[in-house]
Amino acid sequence: MSNDTQLDLWEVFTQRKSGTPFIHAGSLHASDNEMAIQNARDVYARRDKPYALWVVPSNSITSTTPEDNPSFFESSEKAYRHPKFYKIPKGVSVDID
Amino acid sequence: MLISTNELFNYCLMLADDRLILSHRLSQQCGHGPYLEEDIALTNIALDLLGQANEIYTYAGTLENKSADELAYLRTDTQFKNVIISELENDDFAWIIARQFFFDISAYHLYTELLKSKDETLAAIAEKSLKEVTYHLRHSKKWFHILADGTDESRNKLTDAIDDLWSYTFELFETNPTIDSLVKQGIAADLKIVKEKWLKDINENFAILNLTVPENTWMHSGGRVGKHSEHLGRILTEMQYLQRSFPNAAW
Repeated sequence: MSNDTQLDLWEVFTQRKSGTPFIHAGSLHASDNEMAIQNARDVYARRDKPYALWVVPSNSITSTTPEDNPSFFESSEKAYRHPKFYKIPKGVSVDID
Repeated sequence: MLISTNELFNYCLMLADDRLILSHRLSQQCGHGPYLEEDIALTNIALDLLGQANEIYTYAGTLENKSADELAYLRTDTQFKNVIISELENDDFAWIIARQFFFDISAYHLYTELLKSKDETLAAIAEKSLKEVTYHLRHSKKWFHILADGTDESRNKLTDAIDDLWSYTFELFETNPTIDSLVKQGIAADLKIVKEKWLKDINENFAILNLTVPENTWMHSGGRVGKHSEHLGRILTEMQYLQRSFPNAAW
């Protein structure tokens, strides 16, 4: 990573309505949680009107690495994990990929 | 009692001019913030202040049959009634934050008083603006504390800024016959109350940060009657250039 001299990095999540999921909006720089929530408001909430904001220090997020992918995601050639063997009753709407 | 239209018009100009000129000063920081997020924050605040000025000019214009643009762009420096602190040239970031902090506290208490105004339009503008100003104050207070509690350098820059700005602060609470008359009629915000609350907030914050409240009580004055520093003329030259060169230009 390049040297980032502009304070700590934070991730911002916005919620559009009460009860809906928080969605990642982007990242920003801030020195502490209060400044992070203020900057999130200024950078990510100036046009839309979110219902709520989350800010999380980027280094608190644990992520998979590309090296994890074969064992994490690509071993799932397992048809039995997909609910494809049931007859769906008429009139029930389903959305299965 | 019949309210003097002229008094109300002039009172609106005092409020709106403070905001227009401070907004212009902040807008000059666009692209010069210490980092991107703060650049956007200060520019947002400049836009809020411009919006407030626009609403107050528009209301004033209905009293004297003038447009908001005429009031903003076609008056000369001696006709502007803003306090001098709003027109001072930007110094460093600590100075800009100190000015915002001083102004935001006064604006917060001014709008709180103005909510009670018998003038429904002013009360409505105050209600809307108070939401914005509550955020402005949260922003400038946070930075004021960061700089005071930061490094020796940041604290020195902040205390220099406080010393430099202090003698311009009480003009925010200066009254005149127009304001006195409108306060009596329940129209204008009572600046005695605003000043008391402002001093209380300043004393509390300075005590927490172990900062000394300056002792000097000599204060600059004159902005409300059009006696400005040399800076306002230059601001207007730049700000009014387009309307002066191309009258009624629009897009």
